Amino acid sequence: MGPQAASLVLLTLFFACNGVNSSSVQQKIYVELKNTFPCVRLLNATHQIGCQSSISGDTGILHVLETESDLNWVLSSGPNPPYLVLMDAQYFNRSTMMRFRDSMRVAGVVLVIPKSSPPQGFSPHNSCPNQGTGVYSKNYGPELADCNTTVWNPLGDGLSYEDFNFPIFSLHEDNDTDIIRKCYQDHNVGVNNSAPQYPLCAMQLFSHMHAVKDTVTCMRRTDIQSRFSISPEIVCDALTDYNVWASIRPLNNTAKGHLNGEKLVVAATRLDSRSFFWDEAPGAESGVAGFVTLLATVQALRAVTETAPTPNNILFVFFQGEAFDYIGSSRMVYDMKNGKFVIDLDNIHSLIEIGQVALRRDSKLWLHSDPVSRKNSSIESEVKKLVSNMQHAGAGLRFSLDEPGVTQPLPPSSFQRFLREGVIPGVVLADHQSAFNNRYYESLYDNAEYLNVTYPPNLSPEEQLEFVTNTAKDVAEVATLVARSLYIQAGGEKANLPSINADPKMVTQMLYGFLVQPNNSWFRALVAPDVVQKLGPRPLQYYIGVHDKSDPIKTSTRIIQYILANFTGTVTNLSQSQCQHPENLPGESKDLYSYLWVQGPVAPNSTQGEGYCIRAPVRLSRAVSPAFELQDYGSKDYSTWAESRWKRINARIFLVASRDLEMLTLGVGVGVLLVSLLVTYFINAKADVLFSSSREPSSTAY
Amino acid sequence: MTTAVFFGCTFIAFGPAAALFLFTIARDPLRVIFLIAGAFFWLVSLLLSSLVWFIAVQASNKESASQQKGLLVFGVVLSVLLQEVFRFAYYKLLKKANQGLLALSQEDTMPISVRQLAYVSGLGFGFMSGSFSVVNILADSLGPGTVGIHGDSQHYFISSAFMTMAIILLHMFWGVVFFEACEKQKWLSVAVVVGSHLFVSCMTFLNPQYEGSLIPAYLVTLLMGGWAFFCAGGSLRNLKLCLTCKDKDFLLANHRSR
Repeated sequence: MGPQAASLVLLTLFFACNGVNSSSVQQKIYVELKNTFPCVRLLNATHQIGCQSSISGDTGILHVLETESDLNWVLSSGPNPPYLVLMDAQYFNRSTMMRFRDSMRVAGVVLVIPKSSPPQGFSPHNSCPNQGTGVYSKNYGPELADCNTTVWNPLGDGLSYEDFNFPIFSLHEDNDTDIIRKCYQDHNVGVNNSAPQYPLCAMQLFSHMHAVKDTVTCMRRTDIQSRFSISPEIVCDALTDYNVWASIRPLNNTAKGHLNGEKLVVAATRLDSRSFFWDEAPGAESGVAGFVTLLATVQALRAVTETAPTPNNILFVFFQGEAFDYIGSSRMVYDMKNGKFVIDLDNIHSLIEIGQVALRRDSKLWLHSDPVSRKNSSIESEVKKLVSNMQHAGAGLRFSLDEPGVTQPLPPSSFQRFLREGVIPGVVLADHQSAFNNRYYESLYDNAEYLNVTYPPNLSPEEQLEFVTNTAKDVAEVATLVARSLYIQAGGEKANLPSINADPKMVTQMLYGFLVQPNNSWFRALVAPDVVQKLGPRPLQYYIGVHDKSDPIKTSTRIIQYILANFTGTVTNLSQSQCQHPENLPGESKDLYSYLWVQGPVAPNSTQGEGYCIRAPVRLSRAVSPAFELQDYGSKDYSTWAESRWKRINARIFLVASRDLEMLTLGVGVGVLLVSLLVTYFINAKADVLFSSSREPSSTAY
Repeated sequence: MTTAVFFGCTFIAFGPAAALFLFTIARDPLRVIFLIAGAFFWLVSLLLSSLVWFIAVQASNKESASQQKGLLVFGVVLSVLLQEVFRFAYYKLLKKANQGLLALSQEDTMPISVRQLAYVSGLGFGFMSGSFSVVNILADSLGPGTVGIHGDSQHYFISSAFMTMAIILLHMFWGVVFFEACEKQKWLSVAVVVGSHLFVSCMTFLNPQYEGSLIPAYLVTLLMGGWAFFCAGGSLRNLKLCLTCKDKDFLLANHRSR
């Protein structure tokens, strides 16, 4: 047993030693690029959009696009197609990308994201966002449908909604882009305008997407896989996350359906954004400004609703997934209609929605309303009252509040989904009179810098957190307006209005955390301990994403939930285990409140906060499109957006040799093989003769 | 680089070995067995030397580059010496086995001569050594890229393939010379074999100057090839006879009744 055991040990040691990282030959050949952001495939009921690479990656000779002649080189005159184009932002527009798509000579595109946004504006989204799923159709305001009167996003070229058959990645300017440019300069630039010599620098992009054609097809394939396969290959996932809602007075979460005798004022906004690339969506003006305003509104209303409460309750809702055909709001309206939510549509007194509000021009804000529903005289009087209440509330603030003055539909907003089910008086507050002021709608340039959330260079992160920017002051004013309007709408006394003010310090802390650096002391103190680890160095991105079992709620949604809990809730002295199971404790009710354990402020000489339990009337509600609940994947009424699955997304650069050299190697190899076969045959046949001089007499034949 | 380079390099590296195997070894099961046993002996020698090297690396200072380089040289020298020790061990084993085989076989003649054993065992060592040298390089040559982005020479794959071909042939020649020397107790020849093995292995430290390692390796191959030819019973006269196609007369004239 001894020697056998020893040899077994030796063998296992030998194999254990082999389990090291990638081979050194691979490291000589390839340079892997980290921090790349791909464009992925999304599907809806009828189309697929986004990008796809072949299953073993797409390789192309690298070419940097800087001038028009480079474009000609790639498309027609370059001698070594296919090319992989490295471009700066100025060429990333519809015309160039369509030319690439139609050409056979382009293997992929890599966009280097510049530090400064293109001055002429850029929006890959549609010019008429969420066209088919709003309220306007041929049955409802046909002259207003399809952006016939107002084009909301005139800079939109619809690039995000095209289907590309080559991969498109984006990179920030960092060490990797330097390596790429150096490789290009060393190998791919011909001397004196002649063609460059081999070996040439090439790049390979992997982003093979599993889903094809549309959501109907991919869900059918997923169903078949789940039913008949032992290890099912799921092909696509619905876009899903959670809406966040809260109310001034708690609502019983177990009593669903119509709430007798209650009329609530609803304040709504959206949480999410998107861009051309996956999980890159800074969404400053299109999303963050809106929900930060609403959060500041909640905080402004807290004091006055405790001392002088309003007759009607106020419901605050943050909708997720609005960029993709109103996922969150369509789901909530569906739940309300089918009695699965704490209130239903008849309980809504009026609705104020906060749209894009941070880019005021000439100190003007606008109240958009729906002209078709206003043809009804009672709705018209309600809306007029709402508008005059808001204008009263806005008196004394540094902007003027008006209606657009022309017959114009509502801008793309969650309110449209409510109007689909019934008439409700409501307005959408926005900073644009007709087309958006936002020149980078749903693109990667809609970031902190665009909103002027910038800080003087010599401040530490803690000082930046406290610094009140002008944008924060402007947003705080809008929040003050909304808070006062909600108070009046809910029946509060106008005399109490001057005490309702949003705090610019809170607003600037929120803007800093949501746009610049989520890992700051204020966020860390507010959220649960497990969320603290997810506050990465990168700013938060607001793309809705798909359900991930290990991370079911998006980090940004959870932060908003905890901030809302901080603004509406009370601190209790329950322990951590009591906080998780408060059912049997006297005075605590899990039906009315949610109980959240938060980390608390961290003392300077320790790493963990003390932690405490907050009781707040804040809830999450699932934001997945009703089309997936009803399994009607081809639905025209509800969002059917799904994201494809993939196995491998990465990019690498390397040198390629000329085809001639490869063929030469093959030729030499074949030649060596043939020669050795001949020589061996010859020697073997003549072996008797060749090796005969000291032949042993008794040796047998060869 | 691509499939073309993969096949080209595979043919270069294993072409002669495959031809030899096909024509001289594949038909005789006994030779196949001894070939595989020889390959196994080489594998065991590699296992032992890599175990020693692994322990030495773990015990050493990982930061110091010169120490790592020194360890590498030590590892190569140790590996060469262990390979030759195992070649000797295999020789001893084969001598013992031959007596056993003779006792078992029906005929009264040895089924396989020592010279053939020398050739087969050398080729076995060569196969295994060549595989370990070149297989991971061949696997990486299948991808789309070639060596060079960090400034290394572009000829990495083809040089490795030629070096492997030289090593395989060398192992075969060394086997023949070594066994002949052990039979005739010529310990100087054994020392020359070990010395030339060390020389060829240490020349590879001159890479990436591939001329520095390939040219000496091929020179040594030619020399050893000639020496092995003479050890195996060849002579210039036979060679001339073969090449000028006068061999048939020779055979007839020398035909002896068995």
